[in-house]
Amino acid sequence: MTWLDIGALDDIPQRGARVVKTVQGCVAVFRTGDDRVFAMDDRCPHRGGPLSEGIVHGHAVTCPLHNWVFSLETGMAQGADEGAVATYPARVEGGRILIDAARLIRGRAA
Amino acid sequence: MRKKLVVIGAGMASGRVLEHVLAQDPDGWDITLFNAEPRGNYNRIMLSPVLSGEKTYDEIVTHDDDFYRQHDITCRFGESVVRIDRANKVVLSNDGGAPYDKLLIATGSAPFIIPVPGHDLPGVITYRDMDDTQAMIDASHRPGGTAVVIGGGLLGLEAAAGLTARGMAVTVIHLMGHLMERQLDPAAGYLLQKDLGARGLTVHCKGATKAILGKDRAEAVLLEDGTVYPADLVCMAVGIRPETRIATDAALEIGRGITVDDHMVTSDPDILAVGECVEHDGQLFGLVAPLYDQARVVAATLLGQDAAFRPVQTATKLKVTGVDLFSAGDFADGEGREDIVFRDPARGVYKRLVIEGDRLIGAVMYGDTADGSWFFGLIKDGTDIAAMRDTLIFGPAWQGGTGADPLAAVAALPPEAEICGCNGICKGTITAAIEGGAASLADIRAQTKASASCGTCTGLVEQVLASTLGDAFQMPAAQPVCACTDLTHEDVRRLIKARALKSMAALMQELGWKTSCGCHHCRPALNFYLLADWPLDYTDDAQSRFVNERNHANIQKDGTYSVVPRMWGGMTNPAELRAIADAADKYAIPAVKVTGGQRIDLLGVRKADLPHIWADLNKAGLVSGHAYSKGLRTVKTCVGTDFCRFGTQDSTGLGIKLEKRLWGSWTPHKVKLAVSGCPRNCAESTCKDIGIICVDSGYEVGVGGAAGMDLKETQRLAKVTTEAEAIDLTVAFVQLYREHAKYLDRPYKWLAKVGLDWVQAQIVEDPDNRAALIARFDLSQSVYQRDPWADRATPQAQADFAPLADFTREAAE
Repeated sequence: MTWLDIGALDDIPQRGARVVKTVQGCVAVFRTGDDRVFAMDDRCPHRGGPLSEGIVHGHAVTCPLHNWVFSLETGMAQGADEGAVATYPARVEGGRILIDAARLIRGRAA
Repeated sequence: MRKKLVVIGAGMASGRVLEHVLAQDPDGWDITLFNAEPRGNYNRIMLSPVLSGEKTYDEIVTHDDDFYRQHDITCRFGESVVRIDRANKVVLSNDGGAPYDKLLIATGSAPFIIPVPGHDLPGVITYRDMDDTQAMIDASHRPGGTAVVIGGGLLGLEAAAGLTARGMAVTVIHLMGHLMERQLDPAAGYLLQKDLGARGLTVHCKGATKAILGKDRAEAVLLEDGTVYPADLVCMAVGIRPETRIATDAALEIGRGITVDDHMVTSDPDILAVGECVEHDGQLFGLVAPLYDQARVVAATLLGQDAAFRPVQTATKLKVTGVDLFSAGDFADGEGREDIVFRDPARGVYKRLVIEGDRLIGAVMYGDTADGSWFFGLIKDGTDIAAMRDTLIFGPAWQGGTGADPLAAVAALPPEAEICGCNGICKGTITAAIEGGAASLADIRAQTKASASCGTCTGLVEQVLASTLGDAFQMPAAQPVCACTDLTHEDVRRLIKARALKSMAALMQELGWKTSCGCHHCRPALNFYLLADWPLDYTDDAQSRFVNERNHANIQKDGTYSVVPRMWGGMTNPAELRAIADAADKYAIPAVKVTGGQRIDLLGVRKADLPHIWADLNKAGLVSGHAYSKGLRTVKTCVGTDFCRFGTQDSTGLGIKLEKRLWGSWTPHKVKLAVSGCPRNCAESTCKDIGIICVDSGYEVGVGGAAGMDLKETQRLAKVTTEAEAIDLTVAFVQLYREHAKYLDRPYKWLAKVGLDWVQAQIVEDPDNRAALIARFDLSQSVYQRDPWADRATPQAQADFAPLADFTREAAE
């Protein structure tokens, strides 16, 4: 696994998100209230809403378009909604955010 | 030839029998209904809300005169039946006889009267029917009246709470060691007693009544221990016994009640019995759910169908406003039984589950009963709870994932889960009705009977409606904010002020939020409440705002944004228009639209471009129009006296002054204004949240208009003679709305709750209060009236709107 440094933890507000652009589309990187980071596709499977713009609560995010709620840990839709978002390994080390590079820049092989 | 059915007693059970029979065989029976009370069927379990004044008698009538007339039922109300002549199959009253083919006895129960000295004095009553209730209401009219309720069970406490609500000083005398000992364990009984004490009720447990004192009428109650409590009214609520006199006289088989078999038939095959007067398999019945089951069986038996009565477990809730308790099943200690107990002393919450083997057999809850029906379902179904034992006490929201969606718990209930205990209605029946077109609580009550009896499941039924219909169903106001709390918006607003809660963390800690940091429902509301109440102390939390308010632009369905510069009072000039045109060119804006609020919308802007286009527009003097906010949107105007030959005042000028005063303020929902220069109303003021119409003699200020999902005309707040007064009223109204309304209630919805009269009393008739409101608004504006575009012209802000990293280029290399 190759870890890519994508920025500082403080570049993302607590209970907020930023996006990382890839050839596969945007990946949303979330920072939760307990300073964990999670990465998943920035696209709600329902109507394509940008999950990075949703309200982050606990380890979950609510899509800003129609209030679908996704677990940041598993990418699974919560409650009665059915759907899933692809997630990517991400971690914090020394105040820097690291994401598994293989998944992020796999467009290179394509 | 129609068969003759005679019914003795118009109670809840017999009313239900009639419904079933008429629904299935509308023309088969010639029905005569006797009732000793001079009225027809009403909802007896709703007497408590009548006593406390929360409902009127008319509201609890289940079958009115129309119903009896429509179904051709011969009503003999106020007529006591004296005898049943079984040989000739005739029922006899003082006014004559009524022959029957089938007879249904539904005489209910009679209250126990403790035979202590003085029990027959005037002023000593029981609590059983509408006459008793009316007697208590009449007694409570005397100022400073005192009452003693003997009996601290379900009925006694409801009577006591009702009398307290009517303004009497009430003492409850209870023989046992704690209140409601049949339904509650000592810990929950203690919490109940404490709560009732806080409401001004005196509770005396282990109290045995020795005598009721008084000369011509009740004056006091004397206990065995010598204590004396003054009492203008004594209410005996110590228990009930089946009313079997008529059956006894007719030589029917009697135990404690009238003995019936599984088909609800007495020892005479042509006589059936139903309700509290019957004994089935050695058991008596007092709660409404089994009575309704019996009614169904009676109807089936009358119609020649095969049905059998099987008593099921019932759960109890106390119908005292503000007291939340629930008990079900068996909660006595015993060998092989284990307890799971949860206490939250600060919130007055106590929950206890009793487990035997891997089955839940009993539950007692006080202070938070939201999960009651779920536990009750587990008890009834004998569900194996081994797998969820560790988190069982936290309720269904904790089983299988997070409780993020407030409706998830209800949505996750299986179709056979019981929602309405009184009527035995399960979730599947309700969802079937919704699929059949039912769209409101009233529809569900009409079609399924769910929530139509005691009403404590109303919240659950509404949640089923909401989870089934989605956005098409509007939840009523008295709901908790969300699944993170049991408090309503109104509770939260009150507590924020009363307990000086000035941060999100303090609020969630002190009010016992169930989640670590709320959810997308509560956080935006709490953020608004805190910033509205504590403008100087609270720091606005962007992460608790919906995307539009966080990014200061309206998100579109493709993830791009729209940008709307403010045009004060709808006025603009060539320089502004040129800047807008240049920006549209520079950022390749795909669509430019004139809005209904007299300004220009640039649609399809990419997020990363937002701070840049704002900076460009800022340079031409344009600021954010807040077209995305729960805050002041636009002030629409007509051209007024400057140009219009009909104009009576400078409507444009007033509109601009209002917009300059109000812009940047956050409100519970969006606020739109308009000022029309004459009653021709070209600015459409009469459908705005605040609409001013200028006339020769001054300004008519209207409030509470809307032209959205609902169409509402404004109501006249006041007419004033000067522009300054019109501005004062407008500002004070906005501040009053900010301080009191529920988040996401437009002014018209809030007005419907508080009433225009109240608002007028606050701001029109009370100049000091008006001035104070205006001062608080201006203080808030000193913090919040800032152009968000100017604030985000910095390189840092521009970076925040851009992606954190870009790997598309690397990939292309």
